[in-house]
Amino acid sequence: MPGPTTDATRAEITVCGIAGIIYKDGHHNVGQDMTRMLQSMKHRGPDSTGYALYAPPTENVVLRYTTANTTTPRDYEFQDRLKRNRAEAERRILGLGAKIVSCAQETDYAFRLTLDYTGELKTLADQIEDISDCEVLSLGHSLEIIKDLGDAETVCAQYGLEQFQGTHAIGHVRMATESDVDISGAHPYWAYPFSDIAVVHNGQLTNYFQWRRRLERNGHRFNSECDSEIIAVYLAEKMSEGLSLEEAMHESLDELDGVFTYICVTADALGVAKDEMAAKPLVLFEGENMIALASEEMAIRAIIDHEIDTYDPYEKEVLVWTR
Amino acid sequence: MDALTGESNIVYDARGLVEPNADVPKVSSIDGEKAEFDAQNLTTRQINLELRWLINEQGITDVTVKNPGAKHSLGVGLLTRCKITFDGSLGYFGCGIIDGPEVHVKGRVGWSACENMMSGCVVVEGNAGSLTGAAMRGGDLIVKGRLGARTGIDQKGGTILTMGSVGSMTGFMMQRGRQVICEDAGHGLGDSMYDGVIYVGGKVKSLGIDCVPGEWTDADTEFIDRKFRIYELGTPPTFQKFVCGKKLYNYDNLEASERKLVL
Repeated sequence: MPGPTTDATRAEITVCGIAGIIYKDGHHNVGQDMTRMLQSMKHRGPDSTGYALYAPPTENVVLRYTTANTTTPRDYEFQDRLKRNRAEAERRILGLGAKIVSCAQETDYAFRLTLDYTGELKTLADQIEDISDCEVLSLGHSLEIIKDLGDAETVCAQYGLEQFQGTHAIGHVRMATESDVDISGAHPYWAYPFSDIAVVHNGQLTNYFQWRRRLERNGHRFNSECDSEIIAVYLAEKMSEGLSLEEAMHESLDELDGVFTYICVTADALGVAKDEMAAKPLVLFEGENMIALASEEMAIRAIIDHEIDTYDPYEKEVLVWTR
Repeated sequence: MDALTGESNIVYDARGLVEPNADVPKVSSIDGEKAEFDAQNLTTRQINLELRWLINEQGITDVTVKNPGAKHSLGVGLLTRCKITFDGSLGYFGCGIIDGPEVHVKGRVGWSACENMMSGCVVVEGNAGSLTGAAMRGGDLIVKGRLGARTGIDQKGGTILTMGSVGSMTGFMMQRGRQVICEDAGHGLGDSMYDGVIYVGGKVKSLGIDCVPGEWTDADTEFIDRKFRIYELGTPPTFQKFVCGKKLYNYDNLEASERKLVL
């Protein structure tokens, strides 16, 4: 008879899983491919699943945000609060001069908006996140971050990702170890307030608080207690100072302490970095039409039906592919 | 609101295992002492049950596993002499704790392949992940591609031979056995090794603590030539030899009670 288990029990057999894919020949059904990859690594992290999907860029800004989290009290006023938060968010968006081109409600608490907006993304994000329980998951012209509790098939069905057409993507299955099981703690992380940059990470950063304080002093906000969140902002800030993605990732190997493998994506590139101990796994497949990488080879094989040659990048290695 | 309030749909048993079904699938086609089965739609546990059933109960000595699909922990704990061919790749922990089998992997292997291997041989046509041959005690592990970090960590015997390169901290705390690396080695080669020999055909990024160049002997040449001949690997490159400097060497093979008697 199956019984309940604790995170500690599962920690012996599972850890987080990360995956990435970039196509060399235009856009494909990336939502479906990433779901297959993540579902095959469900055993590495059953708590939550997240996607950062890149559609062909548009003139409009795509905003993904939530109006509640798992920690939001489920009291009698919960539904009313959801409605109030949504109305207030839309009021503030319009107040910034943005035009709402389309609005899709994907769950009771998750929304996807396309906006005709040319102002500061930081202002837009700050205005929405100033509303209690609201969180901006992503902002950009191409990037869409979707994350929720449950496995990949659950999240895919909930958000209708099966038909999502895109050029590249990253994904994450999470086993919560140090922070809450909620949407804020799920990966990927958007590099607030920089457009179209996201990160997934497997590992631990041991100088997390130092970097968090430094980045907060530079005006950045953090929505979770998860160490992975700083990687995205760290890289985006470096790139805003003029470094390329690859240069920023190389610097991160010297400046971020701990054991980690992370994947970073921008509007037109995907990169992976491993710490100097190569303590966290990553298997890589470089094909003619796609690059696929994941914590486990079985994730890559979930989308490729023929025999392939794969390898593990070495320690302190940074690899970047541009579309 | 299930997604917000619920956990996940995964069902674990009380020990945290996700595959409680212990029925042998019995899906192999058997021809004399040979058998073959398709692992595509089988779980790790079912594949290993099928292997054990064939080898231990049906007297099969030669098994081919089609479509292993990089699943984890395949071919583990096999303790008899037999021949097994994986027609594809293995995931993590493949062929661990084996004692006797002759295994041929036509693809690659993931992390920690052949951990605690005691005897037999495993030949991998592709690459291997990190921690390959960890705590290996005996037998031959031949990888025709490259190996990841910490290869042969805590190795206690046997031979690990790769035609490619290895990652950092290879041979860390190695206690016995040999490693033959035809190409480059990463940082910290042989760090804190107690004993054993590491041969490197390419460049070494850095030696670990207490790992030093060793003196080449005819026995080294004979050993390498023999392994290359047995596994038909062609002409061996020129190797450098590395051994323990024994500056940190701080143990003997006496039990505590014996030491009391001697000292």
